[in-house]
Amino acid sequence: MSALLEAEAVGKRFGGLQALESVSCAIAEGEIYGLIGPNGAGKTTLFNVLTGVYAPDSGRFSFAGRDITGLAPHRVAAAGVARTFQNIRLFGNLSSLENVMIGRHVRTRAGVLGAVLRDRRTRAEEAAILQRALHLLDYVGIRARANDRAASLPYGDQRRLEIARALATEPKLLALDEPAAGMNPAERLALGQLVRRIRDDGTTILLIEHDVRLVMNVCDRVLVLDYGRKIAEGTPLQVSRDPRVIEAYLGTPRAA
Amino acid sequence: MKSAKWAGLALVAATLAVLPFLLAQAGTSWVRITDYAILYCLLALGLNIVVGFAGLLDLGYIAFYAVGAYAYALLASPHFGLHLPFWVILPIGAALAASFGVLLGAPTLKLRGDYLAIVTLGFGEIVRIFLNNLSRPVNVTNGPQGVAGIDPLRIGGFSFAQASRWLGLELSGPVKYYYALLVLLVAIIAVNLRLHDSRIGRAWEAIREDEVAARAMGINTTALKLLAFAMGATFGGVAGGMFAAIQGFISPESFVLVESIMVVSMVVLGGMGNVWGVILGALLLSFTPEVLRWTVDPLQRALFGRSLVDPEVIRMLLFGLALVLIMLFRPAGLLPSAVRKRELTGRAA
Repeated sequence: MSALLEAEAVGKRFGGLQALESVSCAIAEGEIYGLIGPNGAGKTTLFNVLTGVYAPDSGRFSFAGRDITGLAPHRVAAAGVARTFQNIRLFGNLSSLENVMIGRHVRTRAGVLGAVLRDRRTRAEEAAILQRALHLLDYVGIRARANDRAASLPYGDQRRLEIARALATEPKLLALDEPAAGMNPAERLALGQLVRRIRDDGTTILLIEHDVRLVMNVCDRVLVLDYGRKIAEGTPLQVSRDPRVIEAYLGTPRAA
Repeated sequence: MKSAKWAGLALVAATLAVLPFLLAQAGTSWVRITDYAILYCLLALGLNIVVGFAGLLDLGYIAFYAVGAYAYALLASPHFGLHLPFWVILPIGAALAASFGVLLGAPTLKLRGDYLAIVTLGFGEIVRIFLNNLSRPVNVTNGPQGVAGIDPLRIGGFSFAQASRWLGLELSGPVKYYYALLVLLVAIIAVNLRLHDSRIGRAWEAIREDEVAARAMGINTTALKLLAFAMGATFGGVAGGMFAAIQGFISPESFVLVESIMVVSMVVLGGMGNVWGVILGALLLSFTPEVLRWTVDPLQRALFGRSLVDPEVIRMLLFGLALVLIMLFRPAGLLPSAVRKRELTGRAA
């Protein structure tokens, strides 16, 4: 297995807060890589510097052998990193189907002239976009919601729609920011299955998650952050026995 | 279903074709009023791309109308002694307006909502003030006196200004312009509808809905926002050129802030993003004042024996009332833009 994404000593500071301090990791192709840590540990910040929302202060990211440090978000997406958001960010007033169709933007080409003239190539491209989007809605299990306004979907379906939209960009790496947040146990189980299926179909996954059971169930390896620093990395089992991880989550035991 | 749609379309086309002759019965001024209403439709549809599709609130849109109008006026009037044909000026005016669109768009890329509105408002005023003052040291725009004697629209030997007879029908200038404007209107409606339902239109809507998510989906928001500004400005420029040709005289006074606000009101009142709503808004706001002008005075004379309130005052009162009512009862406009539904074939959902 070769490393798909390599982060080298990535640092990010917001004013007086060192949100990330020299975090390094390597995500292998085809694995589900978990990113956990207490609230405020810097998980989402790592996502944001990876996907170009913020530029890192130090360090670099190389993705599929290419330096993507500080690229604009749309270029990161074009390079093959797709993401979802912790607080769902759908295009609320558009239909579910159109949300996914927008995900195809980066892999399609029609311009203004094509849109206005509707030549044969544009029509073929539109048809392909539509088919692909419907397929993806089917894939995540919300095809029946295709024509519904995205904001009107139930919470769990909105999470699924965000995943479908991200998959529409044909990512090599799918970064999921707390996809199970707010889901009930049955929905979590189904989500875990979906995540595994996406991986089995060839997409590497970076997963931020609070639900320990989900992380233990689906992740191949886990990185634990605390106060912006990497405190552990390894299989879920190794990490869960690491005293520093236990301390970060539960605090130091009082001296007996 | 399909044939019913065509029949409806044919009916609308026939109505629009005979409309100027019906209006001419009531007086040529009504044809002229209709011409200006269509001009406003063109403007509102152009602004709809910027405000309705891409969600960029532009309060200086009339500046592009001014650029188009002055481009036409300066290239086809005795002012510089230039009399270029229409088909040369139109692309020049459109391109000039588009570059002004990019000029406005580039520095405002990071601004949103209210802040963008304020900067665009300033831009509109800057353009007007420039037009007002560019008479010295070199007389470019002839300042507040404006440019007069602008050539009417002429295609080949066919002049749109003079009345002529054709197949026994009396075609006055305004009637001819009506058809020219109608052709432009149909073209702009088609462009609006097709752009809306395309990769570009979806990307604009994504930016309108959530810019951060749009970027994460690989949409180059910078390029697409500039494109929206340029497209909207192009239509504004074309409408401006037509305005100069019809009017024969333009001055900076035609391009004041109130005009920008009027066009934005048309888009908002009708329904942002919905082409038919925007047209409805434009028609309502351009015809209502004229209808009032013709009814308020006679009505007051009949009721009170004299005119108590100026129609102009009532117009602004009604305008304000209409906006308040819309905000209260139909905040998304008279014909709000609906979630686009597609007929899905294949496996049942």
